[in-house]
Amino acid sequence: MSKSNTLILATAIATALSGLAHTAAAAGDEKCFGVALAGKNDCAAGPGTTCAGTSKVDYQGNAWSLVPAGTCETMELPDGRHGVTAAKLEAEGKFGIDRDLPEGTSNDGLMMISM
Amino acid sequence: MFDTPPASLPARPGVGYKPQHYADILSNPAPVGWLEIHAENYMGDGGRPLAQLRHLTERFPLSVHGVGLSIGGEGRLDPDHLARLKRLVGWSNPASFSEHLAWSTHDSQFLNDLLPLPYTAATLTRVADHIDEVQTALGRRMLLENPSSYLAFAQSEMSETEFLRALVQRTGCGLLLDVNNVFVSATNFGTSPQAYIDAFPLDAVGEIHLGGHDEDTDDDGRPLLIDSHGKPVVDPVWALLDYTLARSGPKPLLIEWDNDVPDWPVLAAEAARTADALARVPA
Amino acid sequence: MTGQSEFAAALLDPARATPPGLTDGSGAPTTRRYDVYRNNVTVSLADALESAFPVVRKLVGEAFFRAMAQVFVRAHPPRSPLMMFYGADMPGFLEGFAPVAKLPYLPDVARLELALRQSYHAADCVPLDPAALGQIAPERLGDVRFIFAPAVHLLRSDWPIHGIWRANMVDGSPAPAMQPETVLVTRPAYDPDIAPLDTQAATFVATLMSGEPLTAALEAARGGFDPGPVLGLLLTSGALTALTPGD
Repeated sequence: MSKSNTLILATAIATALSGLAHTAAAAGDEKCFGVALAGKNDCAAGPGTTCAGTSKVDYQGNAWSLVPAGTCETMELPDGRHGVTAAKLEAEGKFGIDRDLPEGTSNDGLMMISM
Repeated sequence: MFDTPPASLPARPGVGYKPQHYADILSNPAPVGWLEIHAENYMGDGGRPLAQLRHLTERFPLSVHGVGLSIGGEGRLDPDHLARLKRLVGWSNPASFSEHLAWSTHDSQFLNDLLPLPYTAATLTRVADHIDEVQTALGRRMLLENPSSYLAFAQSEMSETEFLRALVQRTGCGLLLDVNNVFVSATNFGTSPQAYIDAFPLDAVGEIHLGGHDEDTDDDGRPLLIDSHGKPVVDPVWALLDYTLARSGPKPLLIEWDNDVPDWPVLAAEAARTADALARVPA
Repeated sequence: MTGQSEFAAALLDPARATPPGLTDGSGAPTTRRYDVYRNNVTVSLADALESAFPVVRKLVGEAFFRAMAQVFVRAHPPRSPLMMFYGADMPGFLEGFAPVAKLPYLPDVARLELALRQSYHAADCVPLDPAALGQIAPERLGDVRFIFAPAVHLLRSDWPIHGIWRANMVDGSPAPAMQPETVLVTRPAYDPDIAPLDTQAATFVATLMSGEPLTAALEAARGGFDPGPVLGLLLTSGALTALTPGD
């Protein structure tokens, strides 16, 4: 290893270690696994199981609203352009036509929509 | 065969464990005396779910309740899943392991629901073989839960209680009696829930489930109840519990609340109603 | 005779007729009763995807996400009862799903959400004691290799996925600026954490994660790179579990 790399690493590690003095990991501490830490998001757990049914009816595939209409509309992405908006897509004649499918219609065809 | 007693869960109130209740359960568990988990949620490699469970098993008797083994499936049991289950049951050492009289996996697709099966000689043999396989793999007796039914099969040759009784005789398994499921199925088929309890092999019952349901209607406008576990237990189900306990004697009673899960005090209050029911059991 | 193939096939296909041989209990055929199962399957899986991809859901909106989830569950039903890992096919699905073609960052956002879940459920391990590094002679430091915790993931994207994630999940975060971003996912104790890495730090960490020694990582990162801050991050976040000092 070159002398300069040795120096860079030795210095970096000395810096890193000195910054660690009082940050001993709290893993295993009971408080730590009770709840997500304040300000942290526990969504990372992801979905769990179910052994219950539901009466929320939502399987027909006829409630399409095929225009992304969430926070993407406020993101200046990509390349500084605004995200796709409902109005824009409809103006371009895309997607809107398929929104109200007859009951029981398969969605499969919708994946074929050409851009 | 596993001739151990039906279960070593205490005949006290229990609840289905939800991680958001962790701190409350540790600081203020009364009247809850034991906890039930869904096995599949604790089959990850590590992290908070397993850490919490390790801690809880030091303080509470545990029931491991599987929802994904597909015991009623036409195909063979998934050996990988059975191995995961064996590992979990091995380290968490629960007082009870239970699964459902249902199927959920077909052709390696997991459908995430408890699906019904016809009650025939052929399905009886298949389910009994699967129970044997599970009990052998785990080295312990398991409990099998009666389902909520929304439809029946024209090909069925016997009643659900006859089917369950035969399974107990063939495999030595115990039963998990879901009283809400009995009420839901009886309402959906226009039959008597008390008659179902009368025909049920209560001696084999190692645990009783209670939960809320939703009301819908079928093709002909008749009531169709959905086992949604998202509400308090209704009065007719509490009455059916009393009817059952009067015949079975005290049993471990579990409140299942899986959707729109309330804060701990609400769940604990619901569990307290099961304590009241136990107190009403004739000596 | 209704077999489970027939029963299962119609669950995920609303266009398919109700399987025969199903009755209301008194012998009359039934459709609505079978639909309870259709509904349970689709709704429970769509609910699972909502829990699994909260940022994707926010980006496209609730109604669009639910509709898209129905297409997804029919194309990619779970292959395992471990619902916490459901949705591994989502990034690839989003890449080919025409209605989101104008949101080209979505697949990488989904990858980040998958990585966070995998991190959450990854095996526990004891973090490397930083003092172990201090015991290595300076001239041997370059030969040191690290073992990373299984909860660690490094995601390189052409899109500002860290900025997008924060803007959707942390109140008061600024709007993301258009730039490629690399995100390091770690799990100090039990909560996954994400940190953006600049290009040099990303290359440095990626080289270490591939099992190369410190000197190779330093050279890969190129000139003028100070590895101190990122080494500090790796050590404090429990990302490292062991080191091998080299020959």
